[in-house]
Amino acid sequence: MITRDEFNTIAANGIWKQNTSIAQILGLCPLLATTTNAVNGIMLSLATIIVMAMSNFAVASLRNLIPHEIRIPVFILIVAALVTVVDLLFNANLHELYLVLGIFIPLIVTNCIVLARVEAFAAKNPPLQSTFDGVFMGVGMLWTLGLLGAMRELLGNGTVLGGIDMVFPSLQPIQLLPESYPGFLLALLPPGAFILLGCMIAWKNWMDAKAAERARLKPPAPVASAGCH
Amino acid sequence: MFAPAPFLLKDTSVSQVMTQVCIALVPGIAAYAWLVGPAILVQLVIASLAALIAETAMLRIQKKPLAMFLSDGSAIVTAWLIALTFPPLAPWWLVATGTVFAIVVAKHLYGGLGQNPFNPAMVAFAICIVSFPALMSQWPSVGLQLPLVDQINVILGLAPRVDALSGATPLDAMKTALKLGEGSQDVAALLANQDIYGNFAGRGWEWVAFGYLIGGLWMWQRKLITWHVPLAFIASLVAISGALWLYNPAQFASPLFHLLSGGAMLGAFFIATDPVSGCTTPRGKLIFGAGAGLLAYIIRVFGGYPDGVAFAVLLMNLCAPVIDLLTQPAIFGMKDTGKGDRS
Repeated sequence: MITRDEFNTIAANGIWKQNTSIAQILGLCPLLATTTNAVNGIMLSLATIIVMAMSNFAVASLRNLIPHEIRIPVFILIVAALVTVVDLLFNANLHELYLVLGIFIPLIVTNCIVLARVEAFAAKNPPLQSTFDGVFMGVGMLWTLGLLGAMRELLGNGTVLGGIDMVFPSLQPIQLLPESYPGFLLALLPPGAFILLGCMIAWKNWMDAKAAERARLKPPAPVASAGCH
Repeated sequence: MFAPAPFLLKDTSVSQVMTQVCIALVPGIAAYAWLVGPAILVQLVIASLAALIAETAMLRIQKKPLAMFLSDGSAIVTAWLIALTFPPLAPWWLVATGTVFAIVVAKHLYGGLGQNPFNPAMVAFAICIVSFPALMSQWPSVGLQLPLVDQINVILGLAPRVDALSGATPLDAMKTALKLGEGSQDVAALLANQDIYGNFAGRGWEWVAFGYLIGGLWMWQRKLITWHVPLAFIASLVAISGALWLYNPAQFASPLFHLLSGGAMLGAFFIATDPVSGCTTPRGKLIFGAGAGLLAYIIRVFGGYPDGVAFAVLLMNLCAPVIDLLTQPAIFGMKDTGKGDRS
């Protein structure tokens, strides 16, 4: 079973502290290529969440059976099988989006985040914790890619949620800036993604520095209060 | 003043240098204003204001002294170079966006004055020509005489941008005609028949280039720049354009046309000579200038952009640290191994 503390640590690590995109800076290739709008970034992240949750669960369950020397090929086989499932699911159900995301769904296999979590967490921890770790690492990726995609399309096109009609046919993208907005193409090109990602990393470091400053000024909490739940 | 030790001259302050660079730009600006009207002066003001605002904001965020850095004039030089490289009737926000990007991203995010690996003005040009290719290629058509009020209205977006206002630059027109003609068009015939060409290069633009040349020679005479970069830039541009022109004068324009078109003169004297983003060793400067001239020619003649000077300078900026490392002069009293001192 999982304790509340363990769960909180796993969630905080995935969403903020070890955020895949703005702390570990992993998986930059799909990040640059798919965050031209929020929908693409979020949908790729959802696909990654599914893969990571399942692969972490599978590897954690089998971790005592996999010989240590050949663990990487075994991990890759498991991940590749799961990615194939997700790839086929996207192709069948969200075909238009599948065409947009293209090669980046199959490429989840080679995404360092997936293998990194399998190797660093699932191979050493029980299945339940590992599944949560996969989910929350994916959630961290989801909000960063969603935010980055939203900023890029807002700057680049003046819209948000472009391509939402590919997921929910009844919805339309929202034009936030006036129609006459000329469109800052740089934001949609890879350099724009790098610059905005750099700004997000700076923002995270700034928030962490502020939090550290607060923690330093605050007197340490009494020891007795720890471990009461 | 930007040479390796030993230093013999008293160091001139940054603000003195920047003021003199601005003075050196005046002949070019005067010719420019005579050619397209006072719009360029409006652009210079817009760019300067945007640069000062961006500079102030960045200095405040970093808690650096405002007065010292604002008065050094480096932001103004960047702003003026941006205004001079953008189309004179570009909308105000285009020039402002480029300038803010140059100051905030290209200059301050890399550490501020003296730390930027890329020439900020050229970063602004590259960003804007990639992001807004249509607006960045709207150059005023030949003989366009608009009153100042109308020009300001176009810049501020109060008057509609009419197609008749703009035409291709002489350089672009030449490239397009030669490419579309697929051999049927002749450089000599183009020069004789189209009235966008003047005596040497583009009508009127050739005199702007002369203005930059005069300013550049004055800077050299004042020892603000050394002869290495401009000479190497011009020599390599003349060498490659001359070679191709001799090989096929019908399909390649003369070296004189290339020297006096586009940003060649501005680039050779004012942009490639930037002491921060360029090379510092004498041999390095020669390589830097020659590389920039060669790349500028290749990009403007065979590439898709109207002019290649900006991208050429940025590409050479990228190589500058390595060139500097490999061209360190021999330490006084030591034998020059020719490989540079890598210690």
